Amino acid sequence: MRFGPAILCLSLLAGSALAQDAVVTEDPGAVALPLENSPAAPTAGQVHPVEQVVAGLSSDSVAITASFDGSEILIYGAVKRETPIPQGPPLQIIVTVEAPSRSATVWRKERKAGIWINSESVQIGAAPGFYAVATSGPLDQILLPEWDNRYRISLSHAMRAFAGQIAVESAVPFTEALIRIREQEGLYRLDQGSVSLIDQTLFRADVRLPANLVEGAYKTRIFLLRNGEVMDVFVAPINVRKVGLERWLYRLAFDQPLVYGLMSLGIAVFAGWGASAAFRKLRRA
Amino acid sequence: MQIYLPIAEVSVNAFTLVGLGGIVGLMSGLFGVGGGFLITPLLFFIGIPPAIAVATGANQVVASSVSGVLAHMKRKSVDFRMGWVLLAGGLVGSWLGVAIFNILQNMGQLDLVVQLCYVVFLGLIGMMMLQESLRTLRRSKTNPTYRKRLHQHNWIHRLPAKMKFRASGLYISVFPPLLLGVAVGVLAAIMGVGGGFIMVPAMIYLLGMPTKVVVGTSLFQITFVTAFTTLMHAVSYNTVDIMLAVLLILGGVVGAQFGTTLGAKLRAEQLRILLALLVLLVCGKLALDLFLTPDDLYEIVAGIN
Repeated sequence: MRFGPAILCLSLLAGSALAQDAVVTEDPGAVALPLENSPAAPTAGQVHPVEQVVAGLSSDSVAITASFDGSEILIYGAVKRETPIPQGPPLQIIVTVEAPSRSATVWRKERKAGIWINSESVQIGAAPGFYAVATSGPLDQILLPEWDNRYRISLSHAMRAFAGQIAVESAVPFTEALIRIREQEGLYRLDQGSVSLIDQTLFRADVRLPANLVEGAYKTRIFLLRNGEVMDVFVAPINVRKVGLERWLYRLAFDQPLVYGLMSLGIAVFAGWGASAAFRKLRRA
Repeated sequence: MQIYLPIAEVSVNAFTLVGLGGIVGLMSGLFGVGGGFLITPLLFFIGIPPAIAVATGANQVVASSVSGVLAHMKRKSVDFRMGWVLLAGGLVGSWLGVAIFNILQNMGQLDLVVQLCYVVFLGLIGMMMLQESLRTLRRSKTNPTYRKRLHQHNWIHRLPAKMKFRASGLYISVFPPLLLGVAVGVLAAIMGVGGGFIMVPAMIYLLGMPTKVVVGTSLFQITFVTAFTTLMHAVSYNTVDIMLAVLLILGGVVGAQFGTTLGAKLRAEQLRILLALLVLLVCGKLALDLFLTPDDLYEIVAGIN
């Protein structure tokens, strides 16, 4: 990972911030996510930001078929403005794609009586199973920490909420581990500089969705930045769902578990019987 | 060719799965074991979530044991009465095991207990088999006229509630087979195995059953217990992945047939030494994982209690 040290350092900062958040939040299941399409611009009293994002996706739905092997999503767009391009540092774009949040438990192993066993755990109320951040430049240079905290953009902010009581001394190593392990598995990704921006107006980003996708409503966010501040946000959904045989089997397993179980058994018994019958015939022939 | 598994929600190579099934099927045909004790750890290894690996492993064992038990019924080497007694215990054990499985998963200790079970049982059985087959091999060389007694009498033959098992030529208490059934049922549910690798030695050494009916009877019982386990896992936790099972079974049934043919051409003692070494190898690998410092001390498990 090219940007290892930067990410680690960010997650250290954010991890502790998150831990404090959870202590003060009364309902840990609900951490508010700012979702407004047009955020309050840095200067007060302004109704419309000077520059706005207009964007589209190559597809707003992903179908998981039996041969699903990941998918590439092209996110493209332009910056709409009625005034000339402002002076100063250039415009920057950050694109994020995230899977629906699910709960998880992070365990830490400890050596007891010679063997390694799970001893302490932290329950994560909500963290996306997949989170990709694509930027047009180095993240720590184009995004100020206070704006990162507000919109929860960087990977270290991927975790959304704790669940239940936190029984360990510090939850920070656990949340760091969650992000580190998912980064190693390619589920959390930061691709700095992968968004191409032409003439501070046109941009495109290619985000690769891994083969191990789960179903649900995915969310794409496009941030327009100047001077490290978020000028505009564009949010678009991506619907990821199983189709065909995959959908049918999944629904059957959850809606009619007994029928599904009997069907699994039927196939197993038939295959066992069929194979021995077929081979007997082959041997005789 | 990648294939997306609908329940496990992971994408894996279909040929890898068929190949895995094939290798395990070959083993089971060669050695007369279900192969569950190999398939479940191998599924962990390729990234299938443990709960799904165990439930689907049980489903795969159903297929391989049906194929085996049919062959044994033709040869009349199944003691049905013993089979039913073992089965009665097995169903209770399987029900218990699925409940324990759930408790362990909530405690976050499932992997540990499964690994410990594997290390202890595989270690014990591997050593026993190796010792036994080395001894017979040595004896058959030095003293070709040696003949083993039918079975030895021990404390097990002094328990009450005796029952006649004609096909096995035994008159023993029903409690040992019943308890053996329960124990193997629990293991079947927790470890995703048929339990043949425990059942077969226990039937020979503890119950004193003649070797010719042991494999058929154990397969008969295993078929029903793993079928029940599969159903329990499917209904209670929706963890049976049928797509995964079909691919494993496909490789497994073909492999098993080749294994049986190959097995007929090799010598029994050599086969048993090979199986013993294989069992000890798997055991050693799992034991190392328990004792060596893991690469990452942290682990993510889906869901919260």
